[in-house]
Amino acid sequence: MSTEQGPLILVVDDYEDAREMYAEYLRFCGFRVAEARNGNEALEQAFTLMPDLILMDLSLPGMDGWEATRQLKADERTRQIPVVALTGHALAGASEGAKRAGCDSFVTKPCLPDDLVVEVRRMLSLARPA
Amino acid sequence: MTSLQARTLSRATVTAPAASRLELLEYYLVHNEDIAGCAQASVEWLGRYAGVKRSVCLAVDNEAGVLTGIAGYGVPGHEVDLFTWPLADTRDPLVATLGAAAPVVFRSGKVVEQFGRATPTTPLGAGPFTVIPLRGTQQGEALGLLLLRPWSGSSADVSWLATVLGQKVEQIRGRGSLTEDVRKLRRERALFFTIINSVTDPILLTDTEGRLIVANARAEKLFAASEEESEGLRRAVELNNMLFSAALSRTAVESPAAARELLLVDPSDGSDLLFEVLSTTVEDPREGTGIVSVLRNITDLRRATEQIEENYQRLRVLEAAARAERDRLNLIIDSVADPIIVTDPVGETVLMNAPAEELFTVAPEAPDSAERSVQSNDAHFSSFISGLLLGETGPGAIRRGEIVLVHPNSADWIPVEAIAGKVLTDSGELTAVVTILHDRREALERARLYEQLKLASDELQGRVQAATAELATQNELLRRQAIELEQASRLKSQFLANMSHEFRTPLNAILGYTHMLLQGVAGDLLPAVKRQLQRIDSNGKHLLTIINEILDITRIEAGKMPMQLSEFNVNELVPEVMAELDAVIARSKLTVTPHLSSEVPLVFSDRQKVKQIVVNLLSNALKFTHQGSIEINVEFDLGTHQASIVVTDTGIGIAAEHHERIFEDFRQVDDSPSRQYGGTGLGLAICRRLAMALGGRITLHSTVGQGSSFTLTLPVEAPQ
Repeated sequence: MSTEQGPLILVVDDYEDAREMYAEYLRFCGFRVAEARNGNEALEQAFTLMPDLILMDLSLPGMDGWEATRQLKADERTRQIPVVALTGHALAGASEGAKRAGCDSFVTKPCLPDDLVVEVRRMLSLARPA
Repeated sequence: MTSLQARTLSRATVTAPAASRLELLEYYLVHNEDIAGCAQASVEWLGRYAGVKRSVCLAVDNEAGVLTGIAGYGVPGHEVDLFTWPLADTRDPLVATLGAAAPVVFRSGKVVEQFGRATPTTPLGAGPFTVIPLRGTQQGEALGLLLLRPWSGSSADVSWLATVLGQKVEQIRGRGSLTEDVRKLRRERALFFTIINSVTDPILLTDTEGRLIVANARAEKLFAASEEESEGLRRAVELNNMLFSAALSRTAVESPAAARELLLVDPSDGSDLLFEVLSTTVEDPREGTGIVSVLRNITDLRRATEQIEENYQRLRVLEAAARAERDRLNLIIDSVADPIIVTDPVGETVLMNAPAEELFTVAPEAPDSAERSVQSNDAHFSSFISGLLLGETGPGAIRRGEIVLVHPNSADWIPVEAIAGKVLTDSGELTAVVTILHDRREALERARLYEQLKLASDELQGRVQAATAELATQNELLRRQAIELEQASRLKSQFLANMSHEFRTPLNAILGYTHMLLQGVAGDLLPAVKRQLQRIDSNGKHLLTIINEILDITRIEAGKMPMQLSEFNVNELVPEVMAELDAVIARSKLTVTPHLSSEVPLVFSDRQKVKQIVVNLLSNALKFTHQGSIEINVEFDLGTHQASIVVTDTGIGIAAEHHERIFEDFRQVDDSPSRQYGGTGLGLAICRRLAMALGGRITLHSTVGQGSSFTLTLPVEAPQ
């Protein structure tokens, strides 16, 4: 499928169908993918794998996406990793909340895999200009 | 016999006895044939020239057998005239003295030593006196007595006079029956004095110079006083004589017969006495001219006149006051609207005011029944006040009662409240009864109306209370409902927000996997499978649109629709919208023509929302147009400074009655379950709300069967 050297994307979502769908499509598009089901796992994976980008669903059991993002952005090691927030809550204030938590980008569900990949690529290019 | 007594003040005392003796003899005794006249001249001569202040002359009347007073000086004249003394008792001192050769002294209150009998009472009054027998030339019993006081008993003048007078008496007696004449004269004189003394008014005869000649008893009290009287009395008498003389001289000068008033002093008590003086001049051939004056005491009359005048004046003042009072009272009584009747103690009406007259008198042109009504009223009224008139109640008592009268003209029954009071004099005597009648119809009617009003008011109050209670209940219910509604609304918004999230999660997966399959993630697809996947994708996206619209409404309702204002060119939106709907346009086979504007300036608004509205409008146009064309016009109004985007179609059109309805939530023209056109019916509702949030509006022009024209108008700058 994709090369082993593709950027590593950490997909954090408690809803397995969505998480696996995005993971599968990202791999299909040539990315390396790691998965986490909640905030704690996300932090653990991030510190361990140091991914190039994190797709973070905000509504998570246990530690939620906002808290996880805050901790990632508060840590020297993970601060520079772009975090793209994913949320099904499209109410006003949701995107502002995400940005305050330190998210670099914000994507509303439903989001077609294709659109997500476009956003991922855009963020990666911003983080690591060629 | 009286007169010319010592009180004549004008005549000076003569001190030449020889001349005076001659005068007496010449003028009085020689030519005078009257014993009384000679005696009187003699005693006066004694008083004047011999210092005998009081004297009485008595003559023997043998036929009557008495001694009789014939002249007096310094004593009341009538006492002398009326004095008689019986000759029968020869041992009586006076009778005995007739036989005496020399004067006899009678001492006051003592036994006359010579005769051993008590001193008799004579006109000389109490006190010692001397009695001289009067004899002629013949010896024997004396012809009379001369009583003198005081007299020392050794005066030559007295002795001379006694001799002269005695001889004169003898001479006159010797000529015959003169005694009879004297007696007759005495009787006449006595009668005369009796008459004038019986007159209570003072009567005086004076000479023209005011000297008193004759006075009756009443006059003597005013004008004569003996030496024994008190100093004050004598002075008063003196004053009265002066006043009287002055009055007489005035009368003589002015009008002799006229009555005039004279103020004198009552010598007995010093009080003023007012007299009316009537003076008449009398001519007597022997005595000369004299003046008779009658004094009428008008002191009481004057006092009474003055009193009457005073009373009359007072009465007039009182009468005027009473008249004014009565006028005022009449005015008051007549101005009182209630009938007032004043009744005298026997029940007769003495006064009534106009309202009372209406009830108790028959008007000239009143109907026949009026008289019966008045009689009936009279009867009722009389029966009402009879108690007061009969004195059933105490003084000052008020009687109250209700009687029913009949109005004489209208024959209406008039219930009246009667109030009657007694009018009493100071002594408590009933003089009148005053009755006031008060028409109670108005009061009764008012009471009835008040009762009705009270009932109505109570009822109303009850109703108001019930309504208020009901209202409070309703309010409470509404308040609860409002709270519930608010809660429900909040819950609905929350629910919809949650639901949209819940919808999106599975839809995300459906659309995502469909997309992945169509992208060939699972390898190449059979054309049929690919077509079927496209159907899934299309329906999934439609479902997503519906969910998004519901979410938009929810956001707007919750006031949480975020606005992201920026500056952009409206013209740019048109191709973007068309591009977004490219697939639909292609499928519709309609021509969509954009007409952009070069005049429209950049607007400051929410680009995404404006685009969403235009997408919606174009989407609707495509949906409801089966043939023809669609035009999109961008315009700018310089006057209002507003930009607009107009989407005009040639579709089915919208009836005028539905123009407003289509902007309501979840509304389409056809709401029925079997409706031809799909969609949530939220599109226009959302568009209108978004437009309003941006300070603009959406308007519609449409004709059924010819097409519709939706215009989005936006201000150049949206409100913040």
